[in-house]
Amino acid sequence: MQFDVLKEIGNIGAGNATTALAKMLDMKMDMSVPNVALLPFDEICSLIGSEEDIVLGILLGMEGDVNGMMMFIFDMKSAHRLVDLLMHTSTEANDMDFTEIETSALNEIGNIVSGSYLTAISTLTGLKMISTVPNLTIDMVGSLLSVPAAEFGKYGDKLLLIQSQFGETDFINGYFLLIPELESYDKILSSLGM
Amino acid sequence: MGEMIKVGMADLKVCKAPDSLTTLGLGSCIGVALYDPSTKIAGLLHCMLPDSKQISNNSNLAKFADSGIDELIRIMVKTGAVKSRLVAKMAGGAQMFAMRTTNDALRVGERNAAAVREKLKQYGIRIISEDCGLNYGRTVEFYPETGDYIIKSVGKALKTI
Repeated sequence: MQFDVLKEIGNIGAGNATTALAKMLDMKMDMSVPNVALLPFDEICSLIGSEEDIVLGILLGMEGDVNGMMMFIFDMKSAHRLVDLLMHTSTEANDMDFTEIETSALNEIGNIVSGSYLTAISTLTGLKMISTVPNLTIDMVGSLLSVPAAEFGKYGDKLLLIQSQFGETDFINGYFLLIPELESYDKILSSLGM
Repeated sequence: MGEMIKVGMADLKVCKAPDSLTTLGLGSCIGVALYDPSTKIAGLLHCMLPDSKQISNNSNLAKFADSGIDELIRIMVKTGAVKSRLVAKMAGGAQMFAMRTTNDALRVGERNAAAVREKLKQYGIRIISEDCGLNYGRTVEFYPETGDYIIKSVGKALKTI
């Protein structure tokens, strides 16, 4: 039952975020039904791919009534497509480096998307949620996910993830990970009368 | 060729040559390789937090630098390694996101590396080489046959330490 509630929260948040992204890019976008899982550290990476897959990650902190982290993950191909769509350029799909302005554009995507994600959840629960300045890194999935994993390793051996995939067929593929702190789950659940 | 044994996140494994050990995508975590050159028994720990004593939920010994090294040495000695002969190599402890913050959680890589060094010092285990810090992820492989610790990073040349 609680899982279903968290799933619905993920659904609402991601739905709003996907809409924001679709509007920004002026294109149609679908999203998957979110996946809510309490996973041991070993299995977190398998949600997205192998530990060594190279991805672009945007990390934001969550503050206010609910604390935790949010992370967006795009594969490199999608990251380049996002930049190209936003900036009307054509970047090399294999290029690992983005220019300063491209990085800034991707961070802005992170900002807008996380903002709409949190606003949706915030409206639903009546809890105050603010995201911190986004930060972007390109590296292996495993190494990026070690950051939230280390943070939540303090509380237990498992991580609760609300994950959804969005995209337009194969055009852009990305993941939202919402990783609230343990105490924050209770707050979210009780705000919804659970 | 021996088998390549995979060590997960917050995990540890021990092997003997010709087998080898690997752990994928180290970020702020540290891959601590301990090695007895005579028996060619090696152990690899993938720890993600510095100190088990600061945290109440610490049932998984391999999650922490201090309890992880204790446990790794215990298993290695049980397998036939001699404690006084052990030497160490370490890699990882990166700061994956360059956030301008005083938030301790984001400096965990640095603190992990310091905790590993401190713990090894207590045991009197020499660190032969290390590749720690900076801001990129590492995949590591340890070969007990040669004592080579190979580090792979995205967009960087293979490194053997």
